[in-house]
Amino acid sequence: MFQVLDFYKTANGKKVVMAITGLIGFGFVLIHMLGNLQVFVGQEKLDDYAKLLKSSMPILWGARLTLIGAVVLHVVASWQLAGQSEDARPVPYQKKLQKRKSTFASHSMRWTGPLLLMFIIYHLLHFTIGWKTLNLPFIEGAVYSNVVNGFKLWPVAAFYILCMLALSQHLYHGIWSLFQTLGVNHPRYNGLIRAVAALGTAVVVIGNISIPVAILAGYIK
Amino acid sequence: MNLVLHVWRQKNAQDKGKMVRYDAKGVSPDMSFLEMLDVVNEELIAKGEDPIAFDHDCREGICGMCGVVINGLAHGGHVGTTTCQLHMRHFSDGDEIYIEPWRAKAFPVIKDLVVDRGAFDRIIQAGGYISVATGNAPDGNAIPVPKPSSDLAMDAAACIGCGACVAACPNGAAALFTSAKISHLGLLPQGQAERFRRVVDMVQQMDTEGFGNCTNHRECEAACPKQISTDFIARMNRDYIRGSLSRRPDKVGGGDG
Repeated sequence: MFQVLDFYKTANGKKVVMAITGLIGFGFVLIHMLGNLQVFVGQEKLDDYAKLLKSSMPILWGARLTLIGAVVLHVVASWQLAGQSEDARPVPYQKKLQKRKSTFASHSMRWTGPLLLMFIIYHLLHFTIGWKTLNLPFIEGAVYSNVVNGFKLWPVAAFYILCMLALSQHLYHGIWSLFQTLGVNHPRYNGLIRAVAALGTAVVVIGNISIPVAILAGYIK
Repeated sequence: MNLVLHVWRQKNAQDKGKMVRYDAKGVSPDMSFLEMLDVVNEELIAKGEDPIAFDHDCREGICGMCGVVINGLAHGGHVGTTTCQLHMRHFSDGDEIYIEPWRAKAFPVIKDLVVDRGAFDRIIQAGGYISVATGNAPDGNAIPVPKPSSDLAMDAAACIGCGACVAACPNGAAALFTSAKISHLGLLPQGQAERFRRVVDMVQQMDTEGFGNCTNHRECEAACPKQISTDFIARMNRDYIRGSLSRRPDKVGGGDG
């Protein structure tokens, strides 16, 4: 019998889980960024959009549970996979392996991942939950003013921008990598896949960074 | 030219091992890397010391026996070149050269620079057999093979099983080797019958042997002396997904379909 658990037991199976949950994550950050850009339109537009998202509880919680599930699976699988690779070379090279085709993005997945997990938790505490201990300006439902007042504090804005730069590396390697893991590879489309990875990353990261930058510059008040 | 070598010396599988410094004097640029080691060994033998053990056989880049990590590069890092085909003209007088064995849990060191690559054999064994009729040679073109498939299959079949992909992989993964072996059969009509069972069994064996897993660094592709493409890894992943989804339970009796 070859079942789901047997599939997950292999590294390849875990990687497929990483790829699918990663794709869900990419889809989310893309839509999330497009939604956020409404901050440039004005207070009413963004706050109405926030209300719209919360208008149906089943859809809201359906989406939330899907995303939480995807993050949990992504983190657990990556933890197990990284552990397996750590164990695979017990005696290290005396002279470090030289890098030829690997990139900063591919090597930094191991720490951009944990950093982004911390960021997600911080981000939820900041804008969704409004955790008091953070001592950041937060009014339930007043999304526009929360964003503007939050990013007026430069350390907060700087941390968000830093995390978005980490996201750029994670997305660039991750998007290309997930196609490879799912076996989508063909000489006719490989260039396109690279382009999708680069363009998708650029759109998400530049879109997101533009918000704290515009607020710090005083363009959005 | 004169070189300084730092070579991994390890008496046996149990020994801890360490780097030992040797002077290689009067090295000719026309020597291959292995011939340079031969000369160093001649001196060691003359002095009554234990020569440096390293794997080698054909010395023409086709058998897959040789292979050491030279200055952090598997096979020394020249495109499509095995260690035996690496020539000393690529080095200059006074260079310090670090020579280490392939490093992977699945490739235990037997002695000095020699590792046991039995794990690769067991991955191939896990793939089982392909259905080829024995007896007289079949008629030419009895089984039509599309030219693009045969070309691609030959690209994969170029793998000599040297293990440089594992050695160069930051994760110690064997994905390039396994995918090459899976693809060269999976692309041909003769390999279709067991194609999806084979991929699942070989992928499972890869984990059992204690290799790491692929995170698409593509260092294997750069190190491969046969320049095998990581496109084959995607092909393996594709077949693995299909094979896992379509696998049926094993039947003991059989024949009831």
